[in-house]
Amino acid sequence: MPLTPERVEQKLRERFPGLAFERQVGEAVRDYTLIVPADSLVEICTFLRDDAELDFGMLPWMGGADYLPRVPRFETIYNLLSLSNALRFTLKVRIGDEQPRVPSVVGVWPTANWHERETYDFYGIEFTGHPDLTRILLPDEWQGWPLRKDSPLGYEEVAFTHNTPNRILPSPALKKLAPKKVKYRAQ
Amino acid sequence: MTINMGPQHPSTHGVLRVALELDGETIVACKPIIGYLHTGMEKQAEYKTYTQSIPQTDRMDYISPMSNNLAFCLAAEKILGVEPPARVQAIRVLLAELTRISSHAVWMGTHAIDIGALTVFWYTFREREKVLSIYDHVAGARMTSSYFRVGGLSRDIPEGFLDRCEKFVDEMPAHIDEYESLLTKNPIWIARTQGVALLSAKDAVAWGVTGPSLRGSGVNYDIRKAEPYSGYDTYQFDVPVGRDGDAYSRYVVRCAEMRESVKIAKQAIQRIRELGEFGPYRVRDFKYVLPPKEEVKTSMEALIHHFKIVAHGFFPPVGEAYSAVEAPKGELGFYMVSDGSPRPWRMKVRSPSFINLQALPLMVQGRMIADVIAAIGSIDIVLGEVDR
Amino acid sequence: MADTRDPKPFRTLASIPAPRELVMPKSEEENLYEEVERGVLFTKVESMVGWAMNQARANAIWPLGFGLACCAIEMMAIAGPRFDVSRFGAEVFRGSPRQADLMIVAGRVSIKMAPVVRQLYEQMPDPKWVIAMGACSSCGGVFNNYAILQGVDKIVPVDVYVPGCPPRPEALLHGIMKLQEKILLSRPELGPIPRRRLKKKGVA
Ligand code: SF4
Repeated sequence: MPLTPERVEQKLRERFPGLAFERQVGEAVRDYTLIVPADSLVEICTFLRDDAELDFGMLPWMGGADYLPRVPRFETIYNLLSLSNALRFTLKVRIGDEQPRVPSVVGVWPTANWHERETYDFYGIEFTGHPDLTRILLPDEWQGWPLRKDSPLGYEEVAFTHNTPNRILPSPALKKLAPKKVKYRAQ
Repeated sequence: MTINMGPQHPSTHGVLRVALELDGETIVACKPIIGYLHTGMEKQAEYKTYTQSIPQTDRMDYISPMSNNLAFCLAAEKILGVEPPARVQAIRVLLAELTRISSHAVWMGTHAIDIGALTVFWYTFREREKVLSIYDHVAGARMTSSYFRVGGLSRDIPEGFLDRCEKFVDEMPAHIDEYESLLTKNPIWIARTQGVALLSAKDAVAWGVTGPSLRGSGVNYDIRKAEPYSGYDTYQFDVPVGRDGDAYSRYVVRCAEMRESVKIAKQAIQRIRELGEFGPYRVRDFKYVLPPKEEVKTSMEALIHHFKIVAHGFFPPVGEAYSAVEAPKGELGFYMVSDGSPRPWRMKVRSPSFINLQALPLMVQGRMIADVIAAIGSIDIVLGEVDR
Repeated sequence: MADTRDPKPFRTLASIPAPRELVMPKSEEENLYEEVERGVLFTKVESMVGWAMNQARANAIWPLGFGLACCAIEMMAIAGPRFDVSRFGAEVFRGSPRQADLMIVAGRVSIKMAPVVRQLYEQMPDPKWVIAMGACSSCGGVFNNYAILQGVDKIVPVDVYVPGCPPRPEALLHGIMKLQEKILLSRPELGPIPRRRLKKKGVA
């Protein structure tokens, strides 16, 4: 019998009876998504990876998201793939606004290293236990977290003549360098 | 000793910087430093409607634009819950496979240049130009085609397009033979790639490596087979798998993949012919997809839909979806969150190059500097996609 | 000047004048003068050298092999078999900025990359030229956001802008030809443009 996501959830509930799992439902939530508590994320992931039946050996990607007015505000999303069952499963962790912190899963899947750095870079979510949590895509001296909803796009207005009244006109010194205009008179 | 390779270096395929720590000529530690091409696409997508975001995806992996369009459209279609007609899917498959051929051709040319075989570049770029003129014919642009739309295509295929593709597909196997005669048994090529940049199957899975690099390590995983999209399950093709996990087996896998792509493209052309060379090229779901132009001119309702979609964009249901395709470089996926407005709330790109590059230190640890060049070439990265 | 051509090119035999007699043989000196006037051009030494330098510079541009983004692939394509930039003498892509005299900024320049581009420009020996290839390096293109520099002309002086996203290889070739025109019109005998003096007047 092929593995189903329902079976994965059932196994998780059996293994961690005291924890609050919540399945995300919605009109167009197309993937099977489970919201798990942040504190026991590493144990859950280790179980999912090591269990012989589940065998989620690969973490294709993980990332963050910001739902600004909502509380808790941030989310980190983990997409797991089981190669032997050809099954995907999505985990989510919800984190509050102040000091957003999630345990790092680098120890479970080494590939999470750069993903977590990227999420830190974009959202300022800290991953405790990460070996080298520095900026990855933006320059090191960058201020702020660009993908948070309250940070601006950084749009630069396109300069047209109508919106730049004090536009710099060519300096008179340049005129001397320009080739002289020859006037032609009608013969 | 620490030396710095890049960001401007002729063989890093863009603006990759690699900090190498050396002991003599042996590499002790290797640290890729990226972000020199960070474009802020994920942020910008939150300010654009779904259709407006499609041109951005071309500029992500600019060697295989059609695959990126396809991945984006599939993710948006997954949220909307629409599925394009079979004819559209066949056209998409045809173009995606031509893209794979051209991407692998570019890879082969540039990788061979890095290693010192200059001639291959001229051969592979000849075929790439042919694919680009096919794009030009169908979409009007050589590289940044933006041809696919959510729910279909931007316009129907032009006259003579299928014949042109057929001609190209028919002559391609001979050209692949040509490349292989230049490289496969070339002793220098073998010396530079065999046993170099080793990546075991276990490591490849743990580090999330996908695409030909994963299959070169002997793991048979291809999204076209495992999670078929666009009707790939109805095509006959094999998934080539390598043996040793070195640069040479990645080369072998890519060569074989080109041949498989030719096979798929032939079947797709056949299928398009059967389903009608010209016909409807979009879903008839006017809430989300533009109605055909003839109807806009005659029916009031279609005109209103057309106006609404062009002026505001379409309003998808609230939800989220992740959908992945097998791009030439690996698993390319889009994760999209919709809040019911015409703009995505969040778009996350799972780009294969970003993750494959992460395994670079693993491949070059304890090897020579010259092997770094071979390793970077063999994983086939595009910096536009690494940094997004 | 009056037209010296014969107004009546078709003549009857009768109208041909008899050959003139008594033509004085030219002296040795006169012959010499005539010879010199036919084959020698008088000019200033500086302009001659300048002309030759311009020819040399314009017809053997060495670009810096330096790709940033999508446009770089089209830049590679002009070196490929179909477009073949060596017809214009610019096929020698150099890996090191110290051997190059043309920088083709092919692609978007991010804020992180901007200092590097500037440094590469400074490392190139004078005389040097810059082509901004594509919409991104000319003005930011489709990416108007926090990460991308809105036009490379904010950090390096640009000689030729090639629009397009990406420009077709033909367009880039056209850009290179425009640059050649510009080089041919420059006057190297005047020396490099004295930047400091211009700065005082508020130009550079
Ligand atoms: S101008 Fe267009 S093709 Fe060129 S780098 Fe910018 S986005 Fe890419």
